Amino acid sequence: MRCRMLLLMSLLIGSASAVRADQPQPPADFVPVENAPPGEQIPAMPLLGAAYGFIWVGVFGYVWSLSKRLQKVEAEIAELESRKR
Amino acid sequence: MTRSMLVMLALAAGMFAVAPWMIDAAPYEATMGLVYKIYFFHMPSAWMFLTAAIVAGVASFRLLFLKRPRADHWVTAAAELAVLFGAFTLVSGPLWARKAWGVWWVWDARLTSSLMLFMIFVAYTLLKKYGGPGSDKLGAGLALFGMANVPFIYVSVNYWRTFHPPTSVVPTLPVEMGIPLWYCVTAFTLLFIILLRMRARLEYQRERVEALYLAEDEA
Amino acid sequence: MSSFLRVAWVVVKKDLTVEVRSLEILSTTMFFAVTVVLMFSFGLVVDGRPLNDVAAAILWVAIAFSGTLALGRTFERERQHDTLRALLLAPADRPALYVGKLVGILLLLGLVELVLVPLVGLLFNAPVIAQAIPLAGLVILGTLGFASVGTLFAAMLVRARSRDVLLPIMLYPMTVPVMIAGVRGTAALFQPTPDPAVAQFWLALLAAFDVVFVTLALWTFEPVMTE
Repeated sequence: MRCRMLLLMSLLIGSASAVRADQPQPPADFVPVENAPPGEQIPAMPLLGAAYGFIWVGVFGYVWSLSKRLQKVEAEIAELESRKR
Repeated sequence: MTRSMLVMLALAAGMFAVAPWMIDAAPYEATMGLVYKIYFFHMPSAWMFLTAAIVAGVASFRLLFLKRPRADHWVTAAAELAVLFGAFTLVSGPLWARKAWGVWWVWDARLTSSLMLFMIFVAYTLLKKYGGPGSDKLGAGLALFGMANVPFIYVSVNYWRTFHPPTSVVPTLPVEMGIPLWYCVTAFTLLFIILLRMRARLEYQRERVEALYLAEDEA
Repeated sequence: MSSFLRVAWVVVKKDLTVEVRSLEILSTTMFFAVTVVLMFSFGLVVDGRPLNDVAAAILWVAIAFSGTLALGRTFERERQHDTLRALLLAPADRPALYVGKLVGILLLLGLVELVLVPLVGLLFNAPVIAQAIPLAGLVILGTLGFASVGTLFAAMLVRARSRDVLLPIMLYPMTVPVMIAGVRGTAALFQPTPDPAVAQFWLALLAAFDVVFVTLALWTFEPVMTE
């Protein structure tokens, strides 16, 4: 099981570097604006907060949901096994 | 849940809890300022999304061609994680893009491929949920086709110009940025492994429940 | 090899014979495709005139929608009379069954496209006749790509629940490269100054897609269709 995981991780890193290999150039007529006036700038904190917030909620929500499902199934197994006896 | 799983879970959660401090320590980036720090969670999410997809593809192959019925548990687990981490990637990316490029979304090769791969795994989840009996094999076929499709999606969309920052950014990162990045990659990888095991275990336990009910009926 | 082709041909003949009797699937699919084109035309009219740039997109969307419908209907017919199980029980090479069904679908869609392409040309002033040969290449290869994946999925779903909606859910993300290549290639041909080089690139991509996915479908048909 563990060496399978290792194999898969090396596969992932390999493919990531392969993807890195060909990178098209950004379009020539795309000129990033530097030092835009404060009125035109988009505030960063809400975006940053939303991104991290979403991922945190997602991770903990999923872990919680998974734990609940596991608990339910294991309770069911315990009940069935005790009924068997 | 076994003891080792709990330990790994605690470790992963702990790493996550510490992450904001590590990320906060990283310096501001030259052109993008503060918002680029989304990258520390966005990139590991994308890598885990891709890993989950590969695991699902490999397990599908084992299910269909090596005739291992239990591989289905791993396909289900990996597909669900692909949807999870795919959602992380596809939400954090546009939030970053909004500030960095001025637009929420562009139809370039990488974004479109990611979106389509995500859709394929959502389709898989729907199939598993509503398809009735036999959908494990169908789902495995879908996952395999999805894997085969990614290069085609990538090439076909590459015709258009791309705004995605070149991934060669990673090796040239200064050390102060490299450390939080690799820390987050480790945290996410740990999390992915433990979640995959737990989710697969859920499927194994469900299989046991069915077997126990069957045994009861026969008794 | 010859028995493989013979089995495939028998399946095609069977489907043709059944269809020719009633022409049900052909006529309803064709009418549906025409309706789709008209609906989009109405929706995309500006100042009382259609937007000519959208011709390529509308053509391929109509092919995708009517293709999905045709696939669903064809296999529904198999399901109703349980003939698919009979086919699978026959001592025939499974992939040959797949090829037989695929050819049947291709013939059906081909006939629909024979009506659809001129219609699009008519409604959007698209140079359908001038670009007939490369356009035919794109349409044939694109339909093959779409149908190769579609036939496999539709066959897989025959015994599944919610199969009507699951087919498009599974099929559309999978055929995104076909749609992109088809629309982009067709658009390149329909431009005021047609660009054959671009169309050729997309033709090559479609050909590669077809080869890969027909092969994959042939490999996967057997393990997926067994209980």
